[in-house]
Amino acid sequence: MMILKMKKEDLAVFLESIREWGELWGPVKKGNRVTYSKVDSLSQMDLKATRTIIPPKKFLYPPRFTMFDYDEDGFVERTGDVPRRILFGIHPCDIHGVHIMDKLFLETYKDPYYAERRDKTLLLGHSCIPDDKCMCFATNTDFIAEGFDLFFTDLKMFYLVWVGSSKGHDLVRMKPDLFSRDLGKNDIINYTEYRKWKSSQYKVNVDFTGMPDIFELGYNSPVWDDLAEKCLSCGQCSMVCPTCNCYNTVDDVELGTMEGTRDRFWDSCMFREYSLVAGGQNFREKRADRLRLWYTHKLQAYIGEFGKPACVGCGRCVATCPVEINVVTVSTALKEQEVGK
Amino acid sequence: MKKLCVVLDDREVQENPFQPDMWRIVRRYPLTSDVNFFQVRPVDVDEALKFTYKPGQFVMLSVIGEGEAPFCISSTPSRPGMLEFCIRKVGTLTSTLFGLKENQTIGIRGPYGNGFPTDKMEGKDIMIVAGGLGVAPLRSLLLNFLDNRDKFGKLTYLHGAKAPGDMLFREEFFQMKDREDLNCMLTVDKDDTGKWPFKVGMVTDLFKDIGPVDGKNTYAVVCGPPVMYRFVIPHLVRLGVPKQQILMTLERRMKCGVGKCGHCAIEYLYTCIDGPVFTYWDVLHMKEIIGRGVSDKVIA
Repeated sequence: MMILKMKKEDLAVFLESIREWGELWGPVKKGNRVTYSKVDSLSQMDLKATRTIIPPKKFLYPPRFTMFDYDEDGFVERTGDVPRRILFGIHPCDIHGVHIMDKLFLETYKDPYYAERRDKTLLLGHSCIPDDKCMCFATNTDFIAEGFDLFFTDLKMFYLVWVGSSKGHDLVRMKPDLFSRDLGKNDIINYTEYRKWKSSQYKVNVDFTGMPDIFELGYNSPVWDDLAEKCLSCGQCSMVCPTCNCYNTVDDVELGTMEGTRDRFWDSCMFREYSLVAGGQNFREKRADRLRLWYTHKLQAYIGEFGKPACVGCGRCVATCPVEINVVTVSTALKEQEVGK
Repeated sequence: MKKLCVVLDDREVQENPFQPDMWRIVRRYPLTSDVNFFQVRPVDVDEALKFTYKPGQFVMLSVIGEGEAPFCISSTPSRPGMLEFCIRKVGTLTSTLFGLKENQTIGIRGPYGNGFPTDKMEGKDIMIVAGGLGVAPLRSLLLNFLDNRDKFGKLTYLHGAKAPGDMLFREEFFQMKDREDLNCMLTVDKDDTGKWPFKVGMVTDLFKDIGPVDGKNTYAVVCGPPVMYRFVIPHLVRLGVPKQQILMTLERRMKCGVGKCGHCAIEYLYTCIDGPVFTYWDVLHMKEIIGRGVSDKVIA
């Protein structure tokens, strides 16, 4: 890994110059929420914002897109109309989320739609300020060591810039004069201080160790029914979760013809139709069954397969769920066998 | 600077696993009042012999203008060049499919899923238990065994249907009754016609007449409605068939077939890539519907 140093005031010039490669996107404040939006310059971005409404998965795997155009003669793949994008200001948790998506979409049966967008998207990470909903310390995703193109750690006067890929290095080479290799004792001290400071900022009390066993023990727990009483099955948790990948497909046919498109759009296992098969058999008819699937997937099943949770601690479910069902309240309720409040 | 962009732009050439190929319906006829038999061949004839699969695998079948759904293959790979399906009209996609005539086209991609472990089953006695539409994937397996008969031990086939008119592939199985290298036992739950020549009763009643079974040396394969597993599995366990040699094939909603869309998840497993064939030992760990129904009965 190569670590470079950049003066803070040079960031605007750097971002301006790399726009030559592709569209620049970053966190932008809209009302009192923040979303990743297309920008012209650094001044439009809000780098202090903790989280965007939707994670960067929306760039790699859009909420809805066309896979094929078809007619009676067959299906024609629709790819190639993806713009090149530079995503600036992505936080460590979201980069970890992208890695989980990569595992799913790029290993065994590589998904060409995801692969194309992933290939045309550069991830430029940025250090963050945890708020009262962040819990990346509990999921071990508070720092990131790999899998980005560049990563900027804000040390007040300077940025330390991790160069994580050949593409990231190409960006540095566009403005080589802005970067220095001259790292000294003070930089190490400042970076260590930053890590300590960040680790002291968390306010959520959550511990996911032992969750697989607790899920197993609590499979038939009445806690699931209590939670289901509150759940609205709105599916917002899935839309905002960086590691929710489920989708549905639909054929959109031009009336009176045999021509149409096959579209793919985000789906949620919270929806009743999700597990419904032809003939009316529904494998997860009850809301409690669907809630349990969601949380089992994040905090039990994924750990069993990959040794870590499919939760990156971003806090979006905490910020989004209208009835306070989230990884914190669910894991606490299961441990204490009581739904809070 | 131009050159730099080329470096950044490198893309791999790859196949699209979601791309259906066009196949032509060459034969289609009713098996029962709501189940049709379909035989299809690739429009591109060069593709016909390239398509290889295992019994128990499935394809994603596209009906133009309607969508895509998973269907298990009912034909055997030992008779290549075409695929056969046994499809019940239950929803919008199958209704449109039933409106198609011979010579019209459908989209197919696959095959997907693990299929039955036919290599491991070689040399063993085989017991197949089919209920209703559960015969669809099991016919592939049975025909494959019959085409490779010398590789397997004693072969027993138990098949239950609701009524004589509901028995799928009736004529095919009637003929198999005459074979000496297969013990084919058929039953119907109820016979209102009075003309059913074989046993009347549940498929589990057939176990009474099954004769001696060498459980340890047997692979049992079960497919049918969820309730059937609950009654059949205890018989197999009692006969001494090891849990990891009792195979079942599960059904789930699927939108991709390749482990991406999430719909077929059962805890940490995906029915499409980890299944659809699971052993009873696998299923014992699953707490959803089939697993729960089966395990309660057997453990108690």
